[in-house]
Amino acid sequence: MVTLIGTETPAYVPAASGATATLVDLAESTVRDLNQALHEPHVQGEWTVTNSDGKHSIAVGIDAPVSVTIEGHVGYYAAGMHQKGDVIIRGNAGVGLAENIMSGTVHVTGDASQSAAATGHGGLVVIDGNAGARCGISMKGVDIVVGGSIGHMSAFMAQAGRLVVCGDAGDALGDSIYEARIYVKGTVASLGADCVEKPMGGEHLEELGQLLAAAGRTEQPSEFKRYGSARNLYHFHVDNSTAY
Amino acid sequence: MTVTSLPHDAALSARHPGELGLRESATFDRATIADIQRAAATGVYDIRGWGAKRSVPHFDDLLFLGASMSRYPLEGYRERCDTDIVLGDRHASKPLHLQTPVTIAGMSFGALSANAKEALGRGASEVGTSTTTGDGGMTPEERGQSKHLVYQYLPSRYGMNPDDLRKADAIEIVLGQGAKPGGGGMLLGQKITERVAGMRTLPVGIDQRSASRHPDWTGPDDLEIKIGELREITDWKKPIYVKVGASRPYYDTALAVKSGADVIVVDGMQGGTAATQQVFIENVGIPTLAAIPQAVQALQELGVHRKVQLIVSGGIRTGADVAKAMALGADAVAIGTAALIALGDNDPRYAAEYAALGSAAGYYDDFQDGRDPAGISTQDPELSSRLDPVAGGRRIANYLRVLTMEAQTIARACGKSHLRNLEPEDLVALTIEAAAMARVPLAGTSWIPGAR
Ligand SMILES: Cc1cc2nc3c(=O)[nH]c(=O)nc-3n(C[C@H](O)[C@H](O)[C@H](O)COP(=O)(O)O)c2cc1C
Repeated sequence: MVTLIGTETPAYVPAASGATATLVDLAESTVRDLNQALHEPHVQGEWTVTNSDGKHSIAVGIDAPVSVTIEGHVGYYAAGMHQKGDVIIRGNAGVGLAENIMSGTVHVTGDASQSAAATGHGGLVVIDGNAGARCGISMKGVDIVVGGSIGHMSAFMAQAGRLVVCGDAGDALGDSIYEARIYVKGTVASLGADCVEKPMGGEHLEELGQLLAAAGRTEQPSEFKRYGSARNLYHFHVDNSTAY
Repeated sequence: MTVTSLPHDAALSARHPGELGLRESATFDRATIADIQRAAATGVYDIRGWGAKRSVPHFDDLLFLGASMSRYPLEGYRERCDTDIVLGDRHASKPLHLQTPVTIAGMSFGALSANAKEALGRGASEVGTSTTTGDGGMTPEERGQSKHLVYQYLPSRYGMNPDDLRKADAIEIVLGQGAKPGGGGMLLGQKITERVAGMRTLPVGIDQRSASRHPDWTGPDDLEIKIGELREITDWKKPIYVKVGASRPYYDTALAVKSGADVIVVDGMQGGTAATQQVFIENVGIPTLAAIPQAVQALQELGVHRKVQLIVSGGIRTGADVAKAMALGADAVAIGTAALIALGDNDPRYAAEYAALGSAAGYYDDFQDGRDPAGISTQDPELSSRLDPVAGGRRIANYLRVLTMEAQTIARACGKSHLRNLEPEDLVALTIEAAAMARVPLAGTSWIPGAR
């Protein structure tokens, strides 16, 4: 059972609009209780989670128009497979933040560890700080905006979606990338196999402007460079053997 | 593979080379020569389907002892020999209860046609067993036709989504496959049609190579957290399997148990694949026979044999194979290649078409190529329409029933009232190699090579 503080209604009963946030203290309740409550049918409203203490799998599998604020650091897979709602983490996030996100938003005010938004199919992930290695690995449609820098092997095999980096990118950016688009403001340590710099067209400046605005950033689209697939590895070919 | 050498002179080849006193090299046999010629002609390694074709110690090298003075057989038909199994009751609130221990292995839509997937689902459901998705997501057809559907969670995560996760009856985290432990998926352009590409979020017609490592975890400590996440997302309802290619099954099994898996799937090196480099298929991994005792030993040492169930795959063809795998300690088996054969793969009735593709019935392994005359490993609408999913489902159900009845026949002969009661003591080995690998005595002796 979720222990409730600050509201009389049980956590799994939809809070009427305008009601105060449902407060879940993870020093009192377990992550299991929290997730179960968030999975109850027709769940909605504002939720605040305290004492997250780097616990794993917080607020995973949300599939409802809820708004969850986590006051503190989270461990692995926070907001994993997220759908529809909005999750804000006021702290740092561990490995696999918002992995395989489908829709909705996940916003981290601090840094995120490796594999942030890995394999995400949709939605928006905003990281105000830096992200570690493999940010956006195998991304399949998610949009990612990182305020700081990202680590090596980011956007590895990125299939679709957009990755925006306001700082620098580490080695092997976009290795074996498919159709995802990458925008980096700072320097790129090195590009991975088949990833190349591409010209910025009007449509790119426009989509980048929208992504920056959605993430609450003040950078200008014209300050960024675009990277994407040269599409040379799309077919097996004898001349590419060194890249396999 | 497809032969690339030039057609040779008809008159010279009329007489069998052996009659001319010609000697074929054991080292450079004709298949090896063709491989070298193919490599020289194309500059790209050979990619093919099927599993290892080399001969390795296998279930054929084991025999059952049957009943004798000291063991009573059960009367066929009159005395019961049950076959049902429960999978995943360690942590899942909704374990699977199957009527036969023969399950259908994971094979992707993409590798297989939609009709083939539907036929597998229909056949499995008819006999009360499970079928499995693959490296390409879950199709509505297979979900609709499968009573028990296992949803694979692979490194590529193609089509992975929480809605399908919640629709699944079990989740199988795939670390590896027996045909290619350590290798990622492959699907060549001919098979990346609009529908397949859409499900995988890939451009139509590309040669897909997918990741061999999971994108967001590495090693057993991470896997434990990953399993925890999947359980949280599905509210601890679904059994979670971990599938490994047989390479270090003792350690992999122990680590999977420690990571919290409900079920371990061990796939031997003979296991089939849709598309992998031939060099990988033939040279990486260990035989199914060698893998089972190692996995069972790990489960026994941890005190979880039968609590964490073991599914074995890789070269299961007959009810005898099913019974032997179970006698060595497996709880269930999975079939891939044999199910495709039951659907019509390599049927001599397509002999002329196989010949036109440079292959022959009994040899066809170009699952990567998408031109399967039997309509199974293809996305071509004309070819796949040759496979009627209802008739195919009936063939699968027939075959699964035969496997089950054959296994029961052997179990009754050994005096066992449930397939699960078969034990290593019921077995002997025909060769020293098989005795050492399966850890049962060489027939007529009490010798288990390597036993302490
Ligand atoms: C056409 C085909 C496609 C396959 N696709 C997958 C897959 O997507 N994921 C997977 O884990 N294994 C896949 N496998 C391997 C099977 O799940 C299974 O491990 C193997 O077929 C068992 O060995 P057997 O073919 O000797 O029965 C595939 C096998 C075949 C023949």
